[in-house]
Amino acid sequence: MNLFNIIEEIEKVDPEFNDRISPRRDAIKNISSFGSKVALAAIPLALGDLFKKAYGQAASSSVISVLNFALTLELLEATFYNTGMQASGLVTDTAYIAQIQADENDHVKFLTSAITAAGGTPVTAASFAYVDFTAGAGSMNGPFSNVFTNYQTFLAVAETFEDTGVRAYKGQAGNLLGNQTYLTAALSIHAVEARHASAIRYLRTSKYGASVLPWITSSASAGVDTSGAASNDTGIALVNANYGGSTPENTTVQGGVDITTLPSLEGSTTSVAVASAAFDMPLTMAEVLAILVPAFAQTK
Amino acid sequence: MKTETELNNGNVNMARRSFLRYAGAGVAGIGLISAASSCHKDHNVTPSGTIDVGSGDPGILNYAYALEQLEAAFYTQVIATPYSGMASVEISFLTDIRDHEVAHREFFKAALGTGAIQALTPDFSSINFSSRASVLTAAKAFEDLGVTAYDGVGYLIQNPAYLVIAGSIVSVEARHAALIGNLITFGNFASSDQVDATTGLNASNKPSVVLAAANTYLKTKVSARSFS
Repeated sequence: MNLFNIIEEIEKVDPEFNDRISPRRDAIKNISSFGSKVALAAIPLALGDLFKKAYGQAASSSVISVLNFALTLELLEATFYNTGMQASGLVTDTAYIAQIQADENDHVKFLTSAITAAGGTPVTAASFAYVDFTAGAGSMNGPFSNVFTNYQTFLAVAETFEDTGVRAYKGQAGNLLGNQTYLTAALSIHAVEARHASAIRYLRTSKYGASVLPWITSSASAGVDTSGAASNDTGIALVNANYGGSTPENTTVQGGVDITTLPSLEGSTTSVAVASAAFDMPLTMAEVLAILVPAFAQTK
Repeated sequence: MKTETELNNGNVNMARRSFLRYAGAGVAGIGLISAASSCHKDHNVTPSGTIDVGSGDPGILNYAYALEQLEAAFYTQVIATPYSGMASVEISFLTDIRDHEVAHREFFKAALGTGAIQALTPDFSSINFSSRASVLTAAKAFEDLGVTAYDGVGYLIQNPAYLVIAGSIVSVEARHAALIGNLITFGNFASSDQVDATTGLNASNKPSVVLAAANTYLKTKVSARSFS
């Protein structure tokens, strides 16, 4: 029996395995330096511990709640794209939107299995009393009543969802501080949400002439706009809050450094547009839930 | 099977050995090794001229500062000597990205203060700035690298405020990466070389991997010994 062969076998199935267990590598090194008989006897026990750590069975309830919050967002996003792709004649850029749809469904699967492996109970589609993308609080006839019949509304709502997803993940990073497995996974999804946000924005501007850039650019010349109006470029005033909050998107001070006072290629200062676009801002879990509940969804 | 540490030490030793081979004299070599192994101060300059980013959160911030210096220098050159036929919309996008990267660079410089590593000298000799394909290929490499770099060290950050700032920057890098991908090939915003087709997770990389790539574009080489 060779422990390192086992790890190589696992790596074939799970390429991330080495990264998952990296904090345990010292333990492996210690095992390999034992006398051979002692080491052989110790391996089954050590392996069990290894798997627990690697697949997070020791994950705390707060980590699981963060993962379930993330899964809730991914379920909403996946459902949004699944519904849009099924709506007859809605989506023109089929391959483009299908890529995003596939990523969101992959995120659902990944988070579901991660939560299960960690000993938690994942949120499912059945956990929702309703999901209403018209923002009608269950009436299915809210302000975005044409979200699945008008492609431009669909794309504007998609942009909002992606930007909000980026902000939501960022807001949870601190709750996963120092956690190699879960923080790294969350950051990896966060980056993909940002790719999607950029992609939807690029599609809207390059093909449909919307006044948006791949990044969130605030128009306000001064002051912190907690309402979000200054940073909401979707064309839908109803989603201002998605760009506002306690640390709104038009924030220009980072870690005590006022970005607008820093030199740029234009001179001794930096414009508000650049200073705000260069840094995406987080939303707290409470802020995200206030946006989503009850307008878009309600859990049972 | 070697541990990660052993592998990395092996690489360092290999690098040192080949450096010594070029340096020639054995006696001089011994002096260099002892000098190198006694250098444990933050972001010091080793005899071979490599800048180390240091340790702890300042080390992570300096690591980010090094990468932002590289990106800012690249886009500054892109806009200073635009490739032939750069469309006005591309000028606008690439100028915005340049300005974001400069803002990131200047932020880290200001935040680190006297703890900042020196200004790095880039080496863009492998990039043909008059070619759209060459420039966008390099841009994609820089943006993708930046995303994997931030995501790969997030868990090492100890101060939650720094973690949020790193998060604030990495999503903008990901927005850039997706745009550059789209400019190269429409729809190529989450390519399978960066986003796992099964999990939907973006790749992340250790500093040793990131810096090996970044150093090919730097005259001033950078290391992150305490994070390898």
